[in-house]
Amino acid sequence: MNILEIRGLWKNFGKLSAVAGVDLDFREGEFTSIIGPNGAGKTTLFNLITGKLSPTSGTIMFNGKDITGLTPFQISRLRLSRIFQITNLFPDLTVYENIKVAILAKRKESLRMFTLTQNRSEADLETEKILEVIGLLDKKDSICGSLSHGDQRLVEIGVALATDPVLLLLDEPTGGMGPEETDRMVQFIRTLPERQKVTILLVEHDMSVVFSVSERIVVMHQGAIIADGRPEDIRRNEKVREAYLGE
Amino acid sequence: MTPSTFLSFFLNGLTSAMTFFIIASGLTLIYGVLRILNLAHGSLFMLGAFFTYQLTQWLGNFWYALLFAPLICGVAGILMERIFLRPVYGVPIPFQLLLTFGLMLLIADIVRIFWGVAFRTATEPKVLSGTMNIFGVSYPRYNFFVIVMGVIVGIFIWLFLTKTRFGKMIRASSSDREVASGMGINVPWLYTSVFGIGAYLAGLSGVLAAPLRSIMLEMDVHTIVEAFAIVVIGGLGSIPGALIGSLLLGQLNSFGTLYIPRFEMAFMYVFMAIILLIRPKGLLGEEVS
Amino acid sequence: MLNRYLWFTGLIILIILAPLFLSNFLVVFLTEMLIMILFAISFNLLFGYTGLLSFGHAAFFSIGSYVTGLILLHIYPSIPLAFLIGVIAATLAACIIGYFCVRLDEIYFAMLTLAFGMMVHTIVWKWDRLTGGADGLVNIPRPPLNFLLFQVDLSSIASYYYFTLILVAISLYILWVIVNSHFGLALKAIRENSDRIQFVGINVRRYRLISFVISGFFCGLAGAIFGPFLKSITPSIAFWTKSAEPVFMSLLGGTKIFLAPAVGSVIFMYLKEIISGYTELWMIYLGAILIGFVLFLPGGIVGFLYEKLKGRRLGGIVG
Repeated sequence: MNILEIRGLWKNFGKLSAVAGVDLDFREGEFTSIIGPNGAGKTTLFNLITGKLSPTSGTIMFNGKDITGLTPFQISRLRLSRIFQITNLFPDLTVYENIKVAILAKRKESLRMFTLTQNRSEADLETEKILEVIGLLDKKDSICGSLSHGDQRLVEIGVALATDPVLLLLDEPTGGMGPEETDRMVQFIRTLPERQKVTILLVEHDMSVVFSVSERIVVMHQGAIIADGRPEDIRRNEKVREAYLGE
Repeated sequence: MTPSTFLSFFLNGLTSAMTFFIIASGLTLIYGVLRILNLAHGSLFMLGAFFTYQLTQWLGNFWYALLFAPLICGVAGILMERIFLRPVYGVPIPFQLLLTFGLMLLIADIVRIFWGVAFRTATEPKVLSGTMNIFGVSYPRYNFFVIVMGVIVGIFIWLFLTKTRFGKMIRASSSDREVASGMGINVPWLYTSVFGIGAYLAGLSGVLAAPLRSIMLEMDVHTIVEAFAIVVIGGLGSIPGALIGSLLLGQLNSFGTLYIPRFEMAFMYVFMAIILLIRPKGLLGEEVS
Repeated sequence: MLNRYLWFTGLIILIILAPLFLSNFLVVFLTEMLIMILFAISFNLLFGYTGLLSFGHAAFFSIGSYVTGLILLHIYPSIPLAFLIGVIAATLAACIIGYFCVRLDEIYFAMLTLAFGMMVHTIVWKWDRLTGGADGLVNIPRPPLNFLLFQVDLSSIASYYYFTLILVAISLYILWVIVNSHFGLALKAIRENSDRIQFVGINVRRYRLISFVISGFFCGLAGAIFGPFLKSITPSIAFWTKSAEPVFMSLLGGTKIFLAPAVGSVIFMYLKEIISGYTELWMIYLGAILIGFVLFLPGGIVGFLYEKLKGRRLGGIVG
């Protein structure tokens, strides 16, 4: 079954089309990566899917529901989540609070004005579970902004997972990481679909990462899809080579 | 309403619009380049008015005041920028507001030390006293002079910003700060000069307004909030916007006393709120142009 | 830890016993201080905890004050009734003003609250048949509180001090709970990153509006207490400089610790009172102190001490 269906999607900024007529289907459980040179429109595509931008035209169906033009919080409540290319967290809250606020939102408990956060509840159990998944249980009381870059990327994923997504969009999770951190992150991402029952859509620059984790690769160039297939097909594709060499 | 009463109300509105415009253009220029909302801008206006009173007392001549008072305010502005504002460019806006609020209190008490709490008045120069005839309306010469001054100052600002190298630098750094420092502009020097110019304009507005109203403490807090309203309506950082905002406020003040006496200022704030809601960047966007 | 509780308990005992050993003048001063503390801390729910700088909170303070005063003067001399209606009026105003303001961010939010605040000021100032214009309301009565079996007289300043103390203490307790609740955590996350929080499913506008209304409610209560306390009020309590006071009190104390704005209010009021006792020119000193504070202690006095003592970073102040 298709978890996400994109039809005739356009996004224009003035005369420039960042996304130019994209049609895509994503199957549930299939690990898909989207690659392409800088400015190919990958992040814009993510922004359109998650409601950060609204499309010039086209429709987006998520789990059979039309989500075109919904706001980010409405889309998030339908269990579609994302991380950002540039770390985007709550820097002066602790790691624990970063995760917990997302858990509370998911549990629809974040409007409770007279429930003290210090009183333990089920939300705390769920928060700890997520901390365990991202492996930061021992750093839970650190101020998020003071963590290393790699740890902050993990918190970023933790916040996204806390909303219990069925579809998770990862925008360059290994960006700015050294080789060791990248390895750790790749191992982590690889286990996610199984562990969290989540479908992953990945945008990534590091080709070794992309080819090692993906079951399907979509190539974008100047806002359009130029290739779409299994990793071995993409490796041989002439058009893809051109797009990359011509960069 | 007869055409002649209409005309005199319109001219009254235009007169106050011109004093508003001169002070608001300084405020918006400073915001455009330095991104600082200067709460002490109204205080510089007040200083301009009190200097006018004092200089006309001492020298018996308004023209000296027109020449020197804005200059003193400009120098005061330069000192303010150098000593107090320079260290706080990086800090969050609330702290900058707190700092300029502190300066406002400081200047208010300095004025009180020198001039006390009594109302003061300044008289217009002899040449400009009395009335003249415009389309059958007899109208105070001095008000007409203020309107002309407003036009001249407006043209000066426009020529300065579009024709001089320095003016172009100001526009560049107000529309894009990164570009400005990339272009090799000496930013600290630019900030000081812009603040000085803004302060000069506030002082000039104070001088021109002095013979039109009573000069007193608390001019500062009232003037600054009106100037904010104008600048927000026109668009923070936009000088043509400041002009439009001033013309609107001027006419509202003038005709408002006729049709909606006492509540004309409320309409100003209603208008300000509507603009913020439908066009948060004001009628004329963000650039100084 | 024990030491800290000892200090705290000592302070509370002092606050409770104050009227027994202080002169009337000082009790008046303390009462006003309590009112301003409530004003500052309710304001800081929006500023320090939600990340929105309002420059129009005098609107809610003055509406609370004027409506309470008008009821007491002209409708019925009952404190509970007048306070109830006064606070409801302030809360309604916060609903309406907040509904529009939460659509904007940052400096535009500040400017819009300023515009609404000045609208309220113009109405209070110019609608003189109702509000007494520039003279304001005078001779606001302070009728006794009627309980079923007994009456509490509020005419002495000591009794009004206790009345204020109880209301402020209850309000602060409620605000403290809110700040430390699930909702409070969501507010802090909005303050930290109002963009990201939407991607976990939180409707930022709605949360901001609720925070705005709670803040307006308690500012209205502070205003309601203020009217019968001073017995006469003027439009100056609706002017923008009154809105600036809680901003600066919060900044002085620190915006990220619950009680810090109270410390800021105490310092602000103390300076104002002490300096104006010595010289007419208190503004010059207060101005100089504010300037010195911004240049040398940005982070608030409590924030500064806290960081020194605990070595823990509180992070930048909202802006």
